[in-house]
Amino acid sequence: MTDTAAVEAVIADAHRREWGRVLAATARTARDLDLAEECVQEAYAAALRAWGSTGIPANPAAWLTTAARRRAIDAIRREAALRSRLPLLVEPGQDLTETSTDEASTEEAAVHELAAVAPSDAIPDERLRLIFTCCHPALAQDAQVALTLRLLCGIPTADIARSFLVPEPTMAARITRAKKKIAVARIPYRVPGPAELPGRLRAVLAVIHLLFTAGHTAPSGASLIRADLVDRALHLARMLDELMPGETEVRGLLALLLVTDARRATRTDAAGRLVRLEDQDRSAWDRAALAEADAMIVGCLRAGPPGRYVLQAAIASLYAEPPSYDQTDWPQLLVLYDRLLEVWPSPVVALNRAVPLAVVAGAAAALAEVERLERDKRLSGYHYLPAIKADLLSRLGRAREAAAAYRQALALAANDAERAFLEEQIRGGAL
Amino acid sequence: MAQYAILIYAHDSAHALDATAQDTEPCDEHSDDLAASGAMLAAYALTPRDMATSIRGDTVTDGPFIDAKEVVAGFYVIEAPDLDAALAIARTNPAVRDGGGVEVRPVHSSFLKGQEQATP
Repeated sequence: MTDTAAVEAVIADAHRREWGRVLAATARTARDLDLAEECVQEAYAAALRAWGSTGIPANPAAWLTTAARRRAIDAIRREAALRSRLPLLVEPGQDLTETSTDEASTEEAAVHELAAVAPSDAIPDERLRLIFTCCHPALAQDAQVALTLRLLCGIPTADIARSFLVPEPTMAARITRAKKKIAVARIPYRVPGPAELPGRLRAVLAVIHLLFTAGHTAPSGASLIRADLVDRALHLARMLDELMPGETEVRGLLALLLVTDARRATRTDAAGRLVRLEDQDRSAWDRAALAEADAMIVGCLRAGPPGRYVLQAAIASLYAEPPSYDQTDWPQLLVLYDRLLEVWPSPVVALNRAVPLAVVAGAAAALAEVERLERDKRLSGYHYLPAIKADLLSRLGRAREAAAAYRQALALAANDAERAFLEEQIRGGAL
Repeated sequence: MAQYAILIYAHDSAHALDATAQDTEPCDEHSDDLAASGAMLAAYALTPRDMATSIRGDTVTDGPFIDAKEVVAGFYVIEAPDLDAALAIARTNPAVRDGGGVEVRPVHSSFLKGQEQATP
């Protein structure tokens, strides 16, 4: 007998870490995402019953995968289920003997595949297929995000709905619709070939980045940070980095998330109020995470011309490096922003560039740049623009205009911590 | 294999009644390539938007059903193993390069007179 609490702890851990791996391998056998989910859920429930008496297996993920795949095969054997199902388009892999996707041979292939897996064998890692399917550009991005959280991270639909502030039925419908499209339009369960890979990888990275930013500065609501989303994004970035070790943009994204998250503890004070970068307690930053990210960035920069995420990480790291805000290497930051604008001409990047520009060329020059960007329609509604403008105006001693810009930012910001910060600036400026 | 319909959206159809072979050459060439590849099952080039008549409720009007910058200039049906393969074919349509674009839709079922075996 193994202690129930110990079993529960191992299963909770396996749920958090291994859900994606188990589901990805099961989907390959089940050839249906809903069936795969159901079988994986049952496998975790079975583990709870079995491990108490048999003990915890050496490789919980392999045990869970084998159990889930067995259930999938049983379900496929029930013919009725087979006829009503929309099959997931599974490409035969090297670990399989030739299989056909037509329904008659599906069962045989699935049985064959499972028989070939001895319990001690490593379960083939299919998570890359799963994430490329979840983040296929033929799916709307909000659906890509939801599917990734549901299938790769095993997060219940209700929790995903809560994270994105939509009613649960809405989120459930979004996920169902995406799964149906995967089956009907035949979005393949496959890692794209070299020709498509860069574009498709960008979509995957965008989903992980979006998850992180949604958690890092919650777009609305009471708290600034949603730790669960941040942790999931970090987990996914680390997973992708392990699975695609040669991709510098993957590593760049991971480094960017690590650097940004290293400041998590200091971004708000004890009362939940926003603390500006210049006022944050640098001694409380996660130095281990910063060092890990720094080593990654150096490696990526050596590997060749850096992409968007490597440059963003380098910028974030350069902000975090000096012992105090005043010692920031502003000219070097400006160089990095210029290179970033070359590979990613985003108006948001151009706006952020105004921060080092204000130090290097003066607040007036930076203000002129921000006013130029104000005419870019893509930034209308972006509350950081009037906030940066307000800061520059107040530095130039134009307090009344600064207060007006802060008010404009306040009208656009939806996060309570950010709103409180802006209100404070308005009060300070009015004095 | 699955069937996909590819709807071509362009400012207008290249196939005007007085169109010369030169006007329609890019479309015809693309069509010939697809036919030769064996992927194309059927293809229809439509006449320009001025020839369109729309019915909404009881009202019959001149012009395309949706008043937009682009109209459906034609459509064709291809056979492909999966969406990625279908998108790879669709991407080669000349409309994509000429400011228009294409929409790819999985076919549910079809009927062609004389070919009574309806395809799923």
